[in-house]
Amino acid sequence: MSDTWLILGASSAVARAFAREAASHGAALLLAGRDMEDLEHQAADLAIRHGVSAQPMRFEARDLASHAGFIAECRQEAEKNGAGRGLLNVFLAFGVMPEQAEADADPAVAAGMVEANFTGAASVLGALGPVLEAQRGGTVVALGSVAGDRGRKRNFLYGATKAALLVYLQGYAARLSGAGVRVLCIKAGPVDTGMTWALPKLPFMASPRQFAAAAWRRAGTGGGSAYLPVVWWPVMTIIRLLPTPVFNKLNI
Amino acid sequence: MPDTLAAPAATRTTGWKQTALQGWGRSSLSPCLAARPERLRELRAALDAPEGRTLIAHGGGRSYGDAALNTDGAVVVTGRLDRILGFDPATGELVAEPGVTFADLLDVFLPRGFVAPVSPGTSHVTLGGALANDVHGKNHHHVGSFGDHVLWFDLLLPDGRMQRVSPESDPGLFQATVGGIGLTGLIAAIGLRLMRVPSNALAVSRRRVRDLDEFLAGFESAAGATWSVGWIDALAGGASLGRGVLETAEPSESGLDAAPPRAKRFPIDAPGWLLNGLSVRAFNELYWRRVPAGGQQVTVPYRQFLYPLDAIEGWNRMYGKQGFRQFQCVVPPGPGVAALRRLLETVAGSGNASFLAVLKVMGPDGQGMLSFGMPGYSLALDIPARPGSEAVFAQLERITRDAGGRIYLAKDSLLSAEGFAAMYPRAGEFRAVREQVDPNRRLSSDMARRLGL
Ligand SMILES: Cc1cc2nc3c(=O)[nH]c(=O)nc-3n(C[C@H](O)[C@H](O)[C@H](O)COP(=O)(O)OP(=O)(O)OC[C@H]3O[C@@H](n4cnc5c(N)ncnc54)[C@H](O)[C@@H]3O)c2cc1C
Ligand SMILES: NC(=O)c1ccc[n+]([C@@H]2O[C@H](COP(=O)([O-])OP(=O)(O)OC[C@H]3O[C@@H](n4cnc5c(N)ncnc54)[C@H](OP(=O)(O)O)[C@@H]3O)[C@@H](O)[C@H]2O)c1
Repeated sequence: MSDTWLILGASSAVARAFAREAASHGAALLLAGRDMEDLEHQAADLAIRHGVSAQPMRFEARDLASHAGFIAECRQEAEKNGAGRGLLNVFLAFGVMPEQAEADADPAVAAGMVEANFTGAASVLGALGPVLEAQRGGTVVALGSVAGDRGRKRNFLYGATKAALLVYLQGYAARLSGAGVRVLCIKAGPVDTGMTWALPKLPFMASPRQFAAAAWRRAGTGGGSAYLPVVWWPVMTIIRLLPTPVFNKLNI
Repeated sequence: MPDTLAAPAATRTTGWKQTALQGWGRSSLSPCLAARPERLRELRAALDAPEGRTLIAHGGGRSYGDAALNTDGAVVVTGRLDRILGFDPATGELVAEPGVTFADLLDVFLPRGFVAPVSPGTSHVTLGGALANDVHGKNHHHVGSFGDHVLWFDLLLPDGRMQRVSPESDPGLFQATVGGIGLTGLIAAIGLRLMRVPSNALAVSRRRVRDLDEFLAGFESAAGATWSVGWIDALAGGASLGRGVLETAEPSESGLDAAPPRAKRFPIDAPGWLLNGLSVRAFNELYWRRVPAGGQQVTVPYRQFLYPLDAIEGWNRMYGKQGFRQFQCVVPPGPGVAALRRLLETVAGSGNASFLAVLKVMGPDGQGMLSFGMPGYSLALDIPARPGSEAVFAQLERITRDAGGRIYLAKDSLLSAEGFAAMYPRAGEFRAVREQVDPNRRLSSDMARRLGL
């Protein structure tokens, strides 16, 4: 028997590292995303490196109407993997971070970000809820961001989508707690991926591999929310406590 | 799907950023625009480098000099393309993306009884980089170089076409790309045959060697050994010139419990004075004495024998901020012996402290038009970048060239264009292939410009 991890946004560098981490612990994988060529490559890699089954699946977060059918498909696949006994777990990694200025200038960009980061997440998690409830167990890990802690000049729309995701996950966790489902929102600090590659140097940058290993360990200990890397806990505590006039003067 | 999806939603494209890269020797800093594709789609997109800039691939950054640098140009960092795409245990045939490293191969395939048939001295090298420098291992005299085990590769040509190239399908492009220092295209996948081994360990024997003649005789009598390498104390001169340790290894039938040691990290840039003649002398002396006078037989994990330097991550910082250069040449057997002596004398006499130098026996010519491999002896030594060290390199180049040898591009940052032309007789063929696949010279590097390619 093996558990299955459904990776939503599986081409993300963070998600890729997490999939390897899960596979190294023997989990089967459902790799859901849009770049099918890349998902095929990943599936081959996971199967060869770790001897697990890995299945690419097409998934578009903004295509809300497709989510119910998509989840039904995932359930079938997971049942194949675990011969009906393994649990389905979820790692939600998709998301976009266009520049604030771009979103300010173009409402389509702003709406697209909200749709991908929040609406899409809420929709697919909503469709997953009954499946998780029925299996009475499993873990959901979703990638929030330190940007969701306090709106900063640089990226407050992005931050707002992540804050919304956090609040959604809190309620989701409460609803599923009776069924023994753990829900974890990771407030991620900067990770060295394509999303951050072209940005000016960021502090405490984690490699995807370090980050994924820490996320796996943290997910094993329970739900709630957690800063990763953990250094962001004291940093964000200070940032959250800064008086507004001081905070507004900061160029962050 | 709602039609807003058709609109260019905020999807990420390949980002270019202004940065500065270095070769492993860290002797110069090269500003450039760099992209780091996370997947094939982004590798393709990276071909559209910003207007007016040439492009070069950058693998694990383990070339010492400027092979993977493109000052004021564009650089594509390929390390994130690290997927293993296929493996057939019946034949040992592997298919992998170019950013897969020798460390990955060891982790994944040694437990299954396979290793890379050819491996350089550090596991952080990528397969793309290994192909582009046609690297060799401590078994070159038996199995040739990396390119000899490559079945095919997918090459993303400067015009955007992806072509699968094998020695049969397109011998010209194959031979130009193997050892072609990245100048024919971006390697996107490699088919490579791995080698079967009986266990995860090697039976290694070490013995002290008193001078160069004894070394060469030692190599002669160890010609049957699967792997062999000589570590020379490059500071020893006079009667002890060429003194060192000869190491040979065979696959061991019985394995070792695998508990890979964590690499220690070299903490900081060492201050320049640390690396004076005295400290290096003491280190080299210790290394020699470590081997008992009567020799030594040990069973060691592959990792330890193949990648001894990987035990200290970032050891290149030991040479301080100014960095260092490596000199590596191969000289043919007959006249080469005198040249080896002169090379060692030149370095020992120049006061340029070098840690252990490495002496290897080289076998057949590489297939690549710019392959380094040719029959003879290869000598490699590190020289700290200090005022005056460039003049020493010029002397070393002269000696190598006069002996009919050649300097290894993977290590090089100083070889002259004339020296290159004399040492690489197939450079003309190489230029002809480039003219075909890259008439507009979209691909270039600091090395390509320096060598007049
Ligand atoms: C400690 C140490 C020991 C070493 N020992 C040996 C040894 O024993 N034998 C030996 O032969 N070499 C040795 N080397 C040198 C090393 O093997 C070569 O320099 C190798 O090419 C480095 O590969 P890389 O992945 O780091 O690539 P880089 O150094 O980043 O690039 C090397 C070349 O490959 C090209 N390249 C990289 N990826 C691609 C791609 N995807 N497509 C097209 N071109 C590409 C680059 O343009 C560049 O020309 C050693 C180096 C070190 C640091
Ligand atoms: N990197 C950081 O510093 C950092 C910090 C905090 C939080 N995070 C969060 O961590 C997550 C992963 O980020 P990353 O750094 O790994 O970035 P990434 O490599 O850019 O990955 C983002 C992934 O989301 C997918 N995606 C975007 N919109 C989608 C949609 N509408 N439908 C389906 N998939 C969609 C992308 O798929 P395509 O390939 O198909 O475009 C891409 O694979 C994101 O949620 C991000 O907000 C990242």
